[in-house]
Amino acid sequence: MTPRELIVCRDVSLGYEGQCVLSHLDLTIREGDYLCVVGDNGSGKSTLIRGLLGLLPPLSGEICRSKELMEGAVGYLPQQTRAQRDFPATVYEVVLSGCLNGRKNRFFYTAAQKSAAMMNLGKLGVLELKDQCYRDLSGGQQQRVLLARALCAASRLLILDEPITGLDPAAAQDLYKTLRYLNEKEGMAIVMVTHDLKTALGSARTVLHIGRSGVFCGTTAEYLSSPQGRRFQEAQS
Amino acid sequence: MTLAQIFSYPFMQRALVAGTLVSLCAALLGVSLVLKRYSMIGDGLSHVSFGALAIAVALGITPLYFSIPVVILCAFFLLRMAGSSHWNSDAAVAAMSAASLAVGVLVISLTTGMTTDVDNYMFGSVLAMKESDVVLSVVLCGAVLVLFVLFYHKIFAVTFDESFSRATGVRVGRYNTLIAILTALTIVLGMRMMGAMLISSLVIFPALTAMRLFKSFRGVILCAACTSVVCFTAGLTASFFLSTPVGATVVVANLGVFLLSWVVSALRRR
Repeated sequence: MTPRELIVCRDVSLGYEGQCVLSHLDLTIREGDYLCVVGDNGSGKSTLIRGLLGLLPPLSGEICRSKELMEGAVGYLPQQTRAQRDFPATVYEVVLSGCLNGRKNRFFYTAAQKSAAMMNLGKLGVLELKDQCYRDLSGGQQQRVLLARALCAASRLLILDEPITGLDPAAAQDLYKTLRYLNEKEGMAIVMVTHDLKTALGSARTVLHIGRSGVFCGTTAEYLSSPQGRRFQEAQS
Repeated sequence: MTLAQIFSYPFMQRALVAGTLVSLCAALLGVSLVLKRYSMIGDGLSHVSFGALAIAVALGITPLYFSIPVVILCAFFLLRMAGSSHWNSDAAVAAMSAASLAVGVLVISLTTGMTTDVDNYMFGSVLAMKESDVVLSVVLCGAVLVLFVLFYHKIFAVTFDESFSRATGVRVGRYNTLIAILTALTIVLGMRMMGAMLISSLVIFPALTAMRLFKSFRGVILCAACTSVVCFTAGLTASFFLSTPVGATVVVANLGVFLLSWVVSALRRR
């Protein structure tokens, strides 16, 4: 692995209980990448995410992670659950929980972790919501809070699973703008699963299309002129 | 009769000490269980503990020594099922509740016969607490409290978002198991006094009340703990004056406070 490589998948097959969902995938995620994962429902996008996060061991092939990622420099923005939407917790409590690192057995937060949480609240423009209840926020604000929490955990890579589901168009645009900022200004690598192809392609630099007919991986321009890309675009418009 | 006189009876002292600690533990764990949508597991476990208690009495074993491992095992099993997609965990909990209840009733009717025993197990009795039970309750509740405080942040993270916690390397399964074991302990300790049918309300009501009133997780936890202890003490005292069963009186006290909190939050929203 070269120093700029964060995750390298070599001939990886992923699946559950011996049933292969995704087979023979080669993928490299480098520092500062902005990768958009698209594909039909049930094509294995979420499975791939679980594989990249290290929650699902590959059936075959290998997934290498850089040393930083092994120590927990991945921020993850999962899909929201129903239970979360009415959860009684302040924004600060939620964001601070991102500082927990399973590998260090500490019972309480350090001052450095608390200031990191405050900093990330500020970075995402939700500092004034600090003492508000998470369940009272709008969908867009909730997503920002979860992103701030992910930033507490991450220094190199953010993995987002359909982040704009349930957001109105303005809030979605806002989120894309924030992601672009984090990618360009802070050099954060971003891997995002999405259905919203049109807007996502506006900011992503590479696209991974997972379909039943095969996998395509290339730059955005290459994708748009590929057969998969054209078919997908037609389906969306 | 004054309060001091009431609590000069040794059985009332024992009930007060053990009951307060059990309600405290139940309230703390209850917040996590209710938020994770695991309320039914608490209910299921209390039925299992009824079955275990009946078998222990029939075999002539000290009830707690037998019930604790059995209920912990069931808690472990139920949690596994809730997390797996192959099982309809809702149905499994319901089936397990009914089955353990049936086994318990069968065992009792075959041995001692359907006497006041069943009544006591089902709906609790203030006289059920013996000296040794109180000592065990104090020790175990102490352990529950210490573990809860030490792992508070991890419990919050796991309750709020399992997938995220897992991705950051928190061993989610381990904390879920911890919560399950602590819940099982609390339920077994509390059921003799509160009754198998009523103990689960000790887990659920304070959490519901606190969630209506507070906006932060810490606030909810503290409020649930206070509500639970206050309701228990009030219920215990009232049950002495009215000569009603403790369990039912405590549950009604909890219900009253819950309704009050409902009104308060409705007024606040207007």
